[in-house]
Amino acid sequence: MSITNGPMSDDATGLPKTSRLGALLQRSEAARGFSLLSPTLFIMTVGILVPIGILVVMSFWTQVGFGFDTTATTANYQMAAERPIYGALLRRSLWMSGMATMATVILSYPMAYFVAFHVHRNKMMWIVLITLPFWTSYLLRVFAWKVVLGYQGVINSALMNLGLIEAPLEFLLYSQSAVVITLAHAWAAFAILPMYVSLEKIDKSLLEAATDLGDGPIARFLRITLPLSLPGVISASLLIFIPTTGDYITPTLLGGPDGAMIGNLIQKQFGAVNNWPMGATLSIILMLSIGAIALSFMLIANFVRKRIS
Amino acid sequence: MSGHSYIKRPNRPLQFYAALFLVVLYLPILFLPLFSFNTSIYVKFPLTGFTFRWYVELMDREPVWAALMNSLRVGITTSIISTGFGVFAAKAITRYRLPGKGPLIGFIMLPLVVPGIIFGVALLVLISRMGIQLSLVTVTVGHVIVCLPFAIATMIPRFEGFDPSVEEASADLGENAWWTFWRVTFPMVFPGILASLLLTFTVSFDEFIMAFFLSGTDPTLPMYIWSQLRFPKEFPSILALASIILVVSFALVFLGQWLNRDAQATDLNSE
Repeated sequence: MSITNGPMSDDATGLPKTSRLGALLQRSEAARGFSLLSPTLFIMTVGILVPIGILVVMSFWTQVGFGFDTTATTANYQMAAERPIYGALLRRSLWMSGMATMATVILSYPMAYFVAFHVHRNKMMWIVLITLPFWTSYLLRVFAWKVVLGYQGVINSALMNLGLIEAPLEFLLYSQSAVVITLAHAWAAFAILPMYVSLEKIDKSLLEAATDLGDGPIARFLRITLPLSLPGVISASLLIFIPTTGDYITPTLLGGPDGAMIGNLIQKQFGAVNNWPMGATLSIILMLSIGAIALSFMLIANFVRKRIS
Repeated sequence: MSGHSYIKRPNRPLQFYAALFLVVLYLPILFLPLFSFNTSIYVKFPLTGFTFRWYVELMDREPVWAALMNSLRVGITTSIISTGFGVFAAKAITRYRLPGKGPLIGFIMLPLVVPGIIFGVALLVLISRMGIQLSLVTVTVGHVIVCLPFAIATMIPRFEGFDPSVEEASADLGENAWWTFWRVTFPMVFPGILASLLLTFTVSFDEFIMAFFLSGTDPTLPMYIWSQLRFPKEFPSILALASIILVVSFALVFLGQWLNRDAQATDLNSE
């Protein structure tokens, strides 16, 4: 079918923003847009903003038997600050997901670079191959690592069969490194995609210019490719760091006593311990810590990026 | 010097790294089906023999089927609701200039970055304060929130991929907004809608954290798996169940990607 642009086709876009007609059209355009977006915004408000608001309110309550004392008090926050276990678990969670984030980003960067610069046909196939495992159950991917790292798991039984070790390596399972490895594996797709997108955007003629001006491969990488791909590295880091800090599946299955994270504690408050206000308080503290760290990371990264370029 | 000669030149170490990366990405997951056919109830080398026993045992288990039905019900409802809302949101985002669009998109995409446990407990608190019983309905609500960003992100490239003047022409020829949508927009974005249905179904089917906090007495399939992980005796049949889920998830995602391939091709080329 052949369709020519009608007289209405340039809609509001052709009009200067200052004209009254333009403003009117734009307002109605925005109104139409918002009416389309409103069901989604409604769901997200009811499903995200309201629940988190109530979580904040509940964090100032206290648990009394099976009910709540709704008098506002900061008792939970005081307890969280005073008892060392809370702070220790929070620091450990931030540390472990920080390590997982770094490992994932560093290991994934060459992969993203490879697809962006060295795959010419079948880019889509590579992207699908990389993201495919990510669509399967997170629980199953974590469970798979339990199979690999277990006392009688793949690695231990293989090494024992080969006669390389006498007894199973106990540090493999139920340790912080097991959690970090599993997290890095489970979140790889989140690292590769944003870095791939920003690497793909780099104008290849910049690299040619650098070569013509005498830069070698390393200088070319450090002065052009890396700085220009930093936005991707930043979003990859945040996309992994933020969700992994609250994880409790991996620490439960693979962490053991030394690998427990703050998510385990929160989950316990809502389950076995049955102290919902304390659980709410810990969730709020977790959210605020993540927010503060993510924000300062973004500020620092932006500062560095400006300095480089 | 013409062309990107040094870029075109194959980089052997990098190729090797990429291949190794894919192996490490897939290997742990592929151990699940491998050991699900092993006769030993222990997950260890050497393999002792080939058997379908664990799959057969799975067939006789009532709770597995009940959990599967629960997951199917939740998954189908979730995918329809989130794709339905996603169509309008994706159209609004791609077609209209909205004040504050950036922050709005950020808000909608929030479930992708905020730890699942926080949404889980926050919704749990809200639902219990409202006096609503936990059930498959509350799980579905949680899943819709998790799936909406995926639905929208899947359909945005489709909406970007076709010329808006086609819609305008339809309007010029006298169709109203609804008919234009059904007769012009909908057929154009249909592959994106199918892809979104499949992907959101997959996400919901595999989702665990929301289900953990929001399900009542009816477990979804991942919840059932979680409850069985404590019993070493159940390991082989859980491996069998996990393998089936893996195959189905992979197939659905592949189908979804294949259906939406044109949009993704334009999306990749535009970058």
